[in-house]
Amino acid sequence: MAEVIVVTSGKGGVGKTTTSAAFGTGLAQRGKRTVVIDFDVGLRNLDLIMGVERRVVFDIINVIQGEAKLNQALIRDKRVDTLAILPASQTRDKDALTKEGVRQIIEELSRDFDYIICDSPAGIEKGAMLALYFADQALIVTNPEVSSVRDSDRILGVLQSRSRRAEEKLGRVKEHLLVTRYDPARVERGEMLKLEDVQEILAIPLLGVIPESESVLRASNTGTPVILDPESVAGQAYKDAVDRFLGEKVPHRFLEPERKGLFRRLFGGRAA
Amino acid sequence: MRWLDLFRARKPAQASAASAKERLQIVLAHERIGRTREDFLPKLQQELVAVVARYVAIDPNKVAVNLERGGDMSTLEIEIELPGPQAQRLEAAASR
Ligand SMILES: Nc1ncnc2c1ncn2[C@@H]1O[C@H](COP(=O)(O)OP(=O)(O)OP(=O)(O)O)[C@@H](O)[C@H]1O
Ligand SMILES: [Mg+2]
Repeated sequence: MAEVIVVTSGKGGVGKTTTSAAFGTGLAQRGKRTVVIDFDVGLRNLDLIMGVERRVVFDIINVIQGEAKLNQALIRDKRVDTLAILPASQTRDKDALTKEGVRQIIEELSRDFDYIICDSPAGIEKGAMLALYFADQALIVTNPEVSSVRDSDRILGVLQSRSRRAEEKLGRVKEHLLVTRYDPARVERGEMLKLEDVQEILAIPLLGVIPESESVLRASNTGTPVILDPESVAGQAYKDAVDRFLGEKVPHRFLEPERKGLFRRLFGGRAA
Repeated sequence: MRWLDLFRARKPAQASAASAKERLQIVLAHERIGRTREDFLPKLQQELVAVVARYVAIDPNKVAVNLERGGDMSTLEIEIELPGPQAQRLEAAASR
């Protein structure tokens, strides 16, 4: 049986898709058979971030409406062979996504995969509700910023009341906090919420802290999940998070501002 | 401190932005066409598989579709696993 993991936040633009791509790729690199599903129907983006946009023929809606077999819609990654992507539809509207359709897809994927990662759209509308409905575990992607923390709290409430696990009394959805776009220099200057503050307010176990990093834009430019860039601090932080998720004890890194050497200070250049 | 960083600082950024532009141009060109007339590729694939199915009993789950959209040219690759003579003989025996 596969574990279903939703990547969610409530708030938009906090790093869910970046996380889904990196985390899914990381699990696959560890040999886990992993599929990442884009639930953002109408505004698909996971395909671009994972660099498979030219290879999309069918999407999740085609599968739900019986126009394509699941197998035909899955895109197998060319870099990591245990990784697959199920794209969202770009042209249909959200109503084509149904609970029954998603249930069947997840059931079928469960036979062939170890992990099913659901990249949620922002908000708490249908797409977001269906992305989290079948989850066993949740990555709560949160930026150290007031509205993001509040929205994360809201989504935690939804997870514990309106997911399948809640409705069928199957035990709690396991929650993991992932703080992203963390800028230690700004935290030090008192301009950004501290990690401890976010943790204290949300009170769920911390899985990882992903620093703000220029390499994330570079990764999206080229369609390479940032975890595949070994020089990137964000990529390294995602790798740590995957290792922790798989039960390893890994210390948190990149929590302190980088002390720049003389040349860096002279010639600029921020975190990789 | 890595000395190389000094020389590398600009270059990769430029390269990656160029790649972003190229990827967007290709994907958007295809999406814009799709807005005015229906994308025929999915239908083409379905009809091809249906034709093959008229001649050989194929498992629809054993059909792999690979598309690579490009600027000047796209390639559509359809891989259909045909049952071997042995499987066909068994099937014939079963239906007798
Ligand atoms: N660690 C990071 N450092 C720098 N930029 C980042 C980081 N994580 C994400 N970003 C940037 O933040 C923006 C939003 O990221 P992303 O698309 O992953 O968010 P999202 O939560 O999926 O958004 P949406 O709610 O629209 O689906 C992107 O421009 C991305 O490059
Ligand atoms: Mg997204």
